[in-house]
Amino acid sequence: MTAILALGAILILILLAGFGSQVAGLQVVFGVAVPYAAIALFLGGLVFKVMSWARTPVPFRIPTTCGQQKTLDWIPSARFDNPHTTLGVIGRMALEVLFFRSLFRNTKVDIRPGGRIIHTPAKWLWAAALAFHYSFLVIFIRHLRFFTEPVPGFVKAIQSVDSFFEIGVPSIFLTSFLLLGALGFLLLRRLVSPQLRYISLANDYFPLFLLIAIGTTGVLMRHFQKTDIETIKAVAMGILSFSPVTAGGGALFTIHFFLVCVLFAVFPYSKLMHMAGVFMSPTRNMANTNRAKRHINPWNHPVAFRTYEEYEDDFRDKMKAAGIPVEKE
Amino acid sequence: MASRDTGRIVVGLVIFLVLASFPVWFSATQGRSDYRPELEYPAGETKCVESKEYMRTWHMDLLNQWRDSVVRKGVRTYTSDAHHTDYDMSLQNTCMKCHTNKANFCDRCHDYVGVSPKCWECHVEPRGAE
Repeated sequence: MTAILALGAILILILLAGFGSQVAGLQVVFGVAVPYAAIALFLGGLVFKVMSWARTPVPFRIPTTCGQQKTLDWIPSARFDNPHTTLGVIGRMALEVLFFRSLFRNTKVDIRPGGRIIHTPAKWLWAAALAFHYSFLVIFIRHLRFFTEPVPGFVKAIQSVDSFFEIGVPSIFLTSFLLLGALGFLLLRRLVSPQLRYISLANDYFPLFLLIAIGTTGVLMRHFQKTDIETIKAVAMGILSFSPVTAGGGALFTIHFFLVCVLFAVFPYSKLMHMAGVFMSPTRNMANTNRAKRHINPWNHPVAFRTYEEYEDDFRDKMKAAGIPVEKE
Repeated sequence: MASRDTGRIVVGLVIFLVLASFPVWFSATQGRSDYRPELEYPAGETKCVESKEYMRTWHMDLLNQWRDSVVRKGVRTYTSDAHHTDYDMSLQNTCMKCHTNKANFCDRCHDYVGVSPKCWECHVEPRGAE
């Protein structure tokens, strides 16, 4: 049901953009108003969200410890799985951000006949996530050819690597299909597994359908229903140089572009914010110095302590009279 | 501790914003954000094999069809949909007869959108009247 809800939302968005592309008066809306609104919502929302996280106090070290803590010199400690130095934390974060180490640890629980519970490694989620994220990065960089003039060398380089096999004219980009394949797996994973379907929300399906629709319209424009990309680049450059050009570009382009705008607009308000959030996970970005250093809660209220010595000073005579042992005679 | 972290987070945000605005400041510093390619059209010709709009969008596909038709089927005559004239399906003898300069025609748009077609690895590149 939640999947159908998300799919329905995407279909409505596609119809909206398809309709908008056919009405000349709406070009200003879809070509100017929507992209600027999306950029504002994206940048504003992202900065606001990150700053609100930055204001959240994290008084104590709460790293998840996945290995031996630093202790005596002759006991080897897990440098990345239980880091105690900033360098170790940077290493741990790099492994997390670049290689998704947490997903690599994913395991599956099965009950075997006879009630025996077994845990087996499950790497498919990790593999698909890695394939999706890196394909998306390459596609993002490739698209800079529409947003920069002149086209920088690294964009051309990544393009020529991506079309290395020169299959078809224009050459297919490997990442386009890797991305769609990985997204297809990530969607099927949620739909097929009963446990995952049970915990999946519309908020989980929506980005998947959205990205699949964006990828599909992109592939269609490159290989099947050609689009005049010279005009499209002029539209994109117009937006970024704050002198927007209203030019059509066709239904397929309007849909593709509108869905990308939706992606940017919802980004800071959805689970996609893990892009910024991953850097701010307190369980990953803190060194485990809980025992090596004393961490005092910075907003501790100053409390008037009364030590045992003071207590004994007050009641020493009474304690002696009652036969209670005292430390100082 | 909180204030030190806030400082680091702000630095991270600034780095992100600088990277995210790369297309804006890159094109602006190159002074070409309002550049639009201008093509050198053949003098004395009024029409291409198909309409201008069709050629802008589909020329690469048309050349593919011509290649397949000539190389695989041996059919060399193309009848225009736009004005029903017959053309010889040939990049060098038909297209380049009018578009005599690759640098002032083909390359203008191809450079602008960052594509590098492989036509000229086999075909002789027209250089115009040099």
